[in-house]
Amino acid sequence: MVLSISSRRLMKELKEIETKGTPPGIQLLKADDMETWIFLISVLGDETVYKGETFALKLKFEPGYPIDYPQVTFLSDDQYQPPLHPHVYSNGHICASILGSEWSPVLTALSICITIQSMLASCKKKERPPGNDRYVRSAPLNPKLTRWAYEDDTV
Amino acid sequence: MSSDEDANDYFEYEDDGFEDDEMDQEAPVKKDYDVAYNVKTLSQVIDMQKKAIANIQTVLELDASTAAILLRHFGWNSEKLQEQFFNDPSKALTDAGLSPPSSPSAHTSPLLPPTASSSTPPRITRSSKRVATPATTRSRSAVSIQTSFECPVCCIEYPAASLSTKTLALGCGHRFCRDCWVEYVVGKIRTDGESAKIQCMENGCHRIVKGSLIDQLVDPDTSQRYRKLLNEAFVSDTATLRWCPHPGCENVIECSQAPPRMLNQIVPTVTCGCGNELCFGCGFAASHRPVLCKLVKLWQKKCADDSETANWLQANTKECIKCQSTIEKNGGCNHMTCKKCKWEFCWVCMGPWSEHGTAWYQCNRYDEKSGMDARDSQAKSRASLERYLHYFNRWANHELSAKLDADFYKNTEKKMEAMQQSGNLSWIEVQFAKQAVDTVIRARITLKWSYCMAFYLKRNNQTELFEDNQRDLERAVENLGYLLEQNPEPDSISKLRADITNQSAYVQKRHDILMDDTLKGYLERRWEFSVDI
Repeated sequence: MVLSISSRRLMKELKEIETKGTPPGIQLLKADDMETWIFLISVLGDETVYKGETFALKLKFEPGYPIDYPQVTFLSDDQYQPPLHPHVYSNGHICASILGSEWSPVLTALSICITIQSMLASCKKKERPPGNDRYVRSAPLNPKLTRWAYEDDTV
Repeated sequence: MSSDEDANDYFEYEDDGFEDDEMDQEAPVKKDYDVAYNVKTLSQVIDMQKKAIANIQTVLELDASTAAILLRHFGWNSEKLQEQFFNDPSKALTDAGLSPPSSPSAHTSPLLPPTASSSTPPRITRSSKRVATPATTRSRSAVSIQTSFECPVCCIEYPAASLSTKTLALGCGHRFCRDCWVEYVVGKIRTDGESAKIQCMENGCHRIVKGSLIDQLVDPDTSQRYRKLLNEAFVSDTATLRWCPHPGCENVIECSQAPPRMLNQIVPTVTCGCGNELCFGCGFAASHRPVLCKLVKLWQKKCADDSETANWLQANTKECIKCQSTIEKNGGCNHMTCKKCKWEFCWVCMGPWSEHGTAWYQCNRYDEKSGMDARDSQAKSRASLERYLHYFNRWANHELSAKLDADFYKNTEKKMEAMQQSGNLSWIEVQFAKQAVDTVIRARITLKWSYCMAFYLKRNNQTELFEDNQRDLERAVENLGYLLEQNPEPDSISKLRADITNQSAYVQKRHDILMDDTLKGYLERRWEFSVDI
């Protein structure tokens, strides 16, 4: 069987994670197939507003990966809640430029996690994005169907 | 507002190096407030780009794709591009997403060494040093590749021998396999609608993929779409161009006399080659003369937000005289308590409830002073709403008439046929009726917008003159409309024809007066508005 590009690429990424491990604060929770992976993310150190909290980041890969970016959301269930962050909506959707116009096919699942982790690390004040309720009420299930406008480069 | 800098900006619009084209028909300039413009076909727009590119190619001695990328980066301003290029060529090139000129990597170079790891790509040096020392760059790219290459996107391994055919890197040296390039570029064009700004696949690399390479990579259909997107980007990036907004029309209007800063004194209505009018200033798909673009936008927003709501509020609510909250009475007795400020009042007389004693279900105190004062303050808060509705209703009325234009023409045509038969007139002799309908319709469009104008005008003598002109045109149009509705009796046809012809000429005259005076008024700064323009 000839492997699809996305499967071949994900298998390689998985192998790399197995051999080299993940950076501190990032842990692979689930990668049973080549479609949905879940990472646990926490921000280390004392300087963070998320001290002691752990979040679950879900990456859903489509056949177009890695030319096309995956669906990336924070889990929102009994066990995990999305972080209170000005770029994270309460339904787990994330507004980040690399998950849109600035996606590059050389970025990996792990580099997405690292970017999201640093986005959390630079946050000074825990709050929801303006217009959270309105967005969440009408948001599509797939965050890729939302047209994001990237306004704030500080966090 | 017309500082020297502004004036310079304005004149720069005219010198893009592609304005004289023998094939254009220069529209005749009729009035002070009209703008000169050309209607361009799509192929003429393509020629404009080719001409500008060829010009830069010759002056700066570059290949066509490079010249095109530079021009797009500089918003098709040839002069600015040349100035910056002569000043610092390597900066101009790197800013636009290209290599400095003397570097061999300026061209797609399949022989650059493969990038070892995708996480630490070699960055291009963004300094002029690279131009000064071409020898180092050359020696770097001359290294022959002995190892195989794994594409960092799809993870497929390519043997060294197939590198030049199966993989490629832009001038930045970020190498990927051809298949991934194709998929990436096709996705950018077909899904994202990108054209001039498709960048290297490497994270954070701003190197632009040249048009010549895109044509090599993609299928003819996608290539065609790419060209189309480039044309769209060209028109939207060029301040002196605007697409005709009418469905099915591919023409472009070129006008250098209506830059945004002029739109507080002119209304640049133009007629496209497709026969329809549009506003060059804002792209409105019809004439909105004599109203400035900005006021049209404000008005449309206000109407979208307020009209329905305002009408309903007008009919069903009153304001609390203490806190101005809008209150709807949806049943119950006349003893009202404002939910917000707890003020108790009578719905009928608006006076304080305390004076009503136990008369729960009727009010006989309508003429008491306290009740009258309350109604007075209520009247004031209603006045602005009523003022808006006054103008809106008149505006909407003409808007509605315009929707019935087709019927108006059809009915007139029937009458024209009847006149030909019963009055023994020739086809050409009954055309006066159709011309009269044309006149009515045009005048109504102007009248419609005149109510938007009046809404934003401050009350003063000039405004009174404006409203006099408006009233005269309104009356003339009503009279002509009435004449056109008459059924032509055989013995009175000639009189009706003379009446309609005369009245039609009169409407035309009143129309010209209103339009001339209003549009000249902008140039003479006669109008004062209640909003900033």
